[in-house]
Amino acid sequence: MMAHLPVLPIVIPLFAGALCVLTERRFPALPRALSLLSTLLQVTVALLLLNRASTGDIDVYLLSNWRAPFGISLAVDRLATLMLTLTTLLGFLAALWSLGGDDRRGSHFHAFLQFQLMGISGAFLTADLFNLFVFFEVLLASSYALLLHGAGTAQLRASIHYIVFNLLGGALFLIAASLLYGLTGTLSLADLSGKLAALGPDDAGLAQAASWLLVLVFAVKAALLPLYYWLPATYGSATAPVAALFAILTKVGVYAILRVSTLLFGAGPLAGLLNDVLPALALATLALSAVGALAATRLASLVGYLVIGSAGTLLFTFGLGDERAIAAGLTYLVNSTLVAGGLFFVLDQVRARKVHGDTLDPDRAGPPVSRAAGATAYFILALGASGLPPLAGFFGKALILKATIGSSWAIAAWTIILVSGLMVLVALARAGIYLFWKPEAAVPSGTPSSATASRAALALLLSAVLGATVLAGPIAAWAAATAAQLLARERYIDAVFAKVPAPPAWPNRAELEERVRQGGAK
Amino acid sequence: MTVELLVAVAIGVLTTGGVWLMLRARIFDVVLGLTLLSYAVNLFIFAMGRVRAGAAPIVQDGVAPTLDNYTDPVPQALVLTAIVISFAMTAVLLVVAIRARSATGTDHVDGSEPPS
Repeated sequence: MMAHLPVLPIVIPLFAGALCVLTERRFPALPRALSLLSTLLQVTVALLLLNRASTGDIDVYLLSNWRAPFGISLAVDRLATLMLTLTTLLGFLAALWSLGGDDRRGSHFHAFLQFQLMGISGAFLTADLFNLFVFFEVLLASSYALLLHGAGTAQLRASIHYIVFNLLGGALFLIAASLLYGLTGTLSLADLSGKLAALGPDDAGLAQAASWLLVLVFAVKAALLPLYYWLPATYGSATAPVAALFAILTKVGVYAILRVSTLLFGAGPLAGLLNDVLPALALATLALSAVGALAATRLASLVGYLVIGSAGTLLFTFGLGDERAIAAGLTYLVNSTLVAGGLFFVLDQVRARKVHGDTLDPDRAGPPVSRAAGATAYFILALGASGLPPLAGFFGKALILKATIGSSWAIAAWTIILVSGLMVLVALARAGIYLFWKPEAAVPSGTPSSATASRAALALLLSAVLGATVLAGPIAAWAAATAAQLLARERYIDAVFAKVPAPPAWPNRAELEERVRQGGAK
Repeated sequence: MTVELLVAVAIGVLTTGGVWLMLRARIFDVVLGLTLLSYAVNLFIFAMGRVRAGAAPIVQDGVAPTLDNYTDPVPQALVLTAIVISFAMTAVLLVVAIRARSATGTDHVDGSEPPS
């Protein structure tokens, strides 16, 4: 059982989702239980994997038992388990929150939630470029469905842009992946790493073009500068649990950029491919997202711009590419993902209870939300999002600023990160004043998201944010070890190639493997 | 050589048509454009396994396992996956487009007619 642990984050949601589809009509209560059980199991598996990865070993799982690079392998390193833990945690909270009534606003919510989690977990675990494409499509397909959950006209409008944009991204991904295959004859990330480094000068141009295409596709997901216009409308129109889970979707793009930049762009003609362009674009993204946050007329788009800003900050550190910067970025990532998820929950509470929804117009801002729960949560999350002490967002930002000292980006980075932090703080404070302080009468009836389950989800998320603050030291140490592991490419490559398949269970398979071995020898 | 040229031109023409259609503001044109583009991409993946006629991807005894003697089966498997995925995604997009059409009363991609 323990040997199959790495594949469980994909298999559990797959089966849970399928069961949800089958049982939803006959037993409407069953998908809820299944979904909660499955997400809890996923959190457990993720924590077990996290524990195993903390030794520094890279766990490799050979799907259908073919040795790399002939088959697809999963690689469980520190980065993958960190992302997996965050994903499953947010997935569990989203499932819990939806029990407050959001899951009944359309059909098959829990099934799509599970498939979404399967896609995200798979994207973090896989060590194969084409498999990464497949998992991207899995998570996108379910994100289309989740986005349309409880659909209104605004969601339909936003989702058409979102779907077309991502289909186009998928086409570019295929072009990039097949170009790399045509150049190197492999799709395994570990094998690609070595073969790309050994490319001759004739093929360097083509490899660079393919790599830029790949980065472009990931930048669409990560909402980097020219490619983020779809995000505020899309995230703002989604229901709360969906939007909270979408907070991790941009991080999938960020993760993919970090993975390829450390693994594929480490040596040879592609070395340092991103070091000039990515930090500049990321800083510009951060600056524009702060302007967008200030100009936002709804809390929904304000939070959307915060998500963009956090992706921009992360991509800046990953673009710098040195160990300290990556470590600082990963520390920042934990807090910013949790905070963004929480803000989407609070946003939903605000929307459900106010006449004019989440409008930030001082004349129409409507009555205040029940101050006890919503306002406290908003206050804590706003502190976390703007990076003020004493919360973990502050440590992340301080580490990032410290990591830039001595690099040529120091002045630009300090200016933009600090000024945009101030602008975000102003925007968040203003939104808080309009939404939670301005007294008016008449609260609309029907407050679906005040249910116990949703309150519990928000409370758990807040304790996770506070927990990340208390554990800031261990998290930063873990992030530093992760960055060191990422930059030691050979360990990843060796681990993938060193994994020996289990002995074949029947004769045909043994013969096939014998032929592969002979073919490989020639 | 002529076959390579034919494939390259076909990919180019399909991509051109796809991009042109995608830049139009009507949903149906965009869907057609995406379809053309996915055909171009599928052909492109196929071509990345080298254009080789009259060869099987099955290794035989006594014949050296290089691309001179065989076709590469991996791009063919990739194309199959890509076709299935793009087909399914186009279906999803069409469903959403039809719902948007009935909800907004227009087939403009922004969900409302531009002021003329």
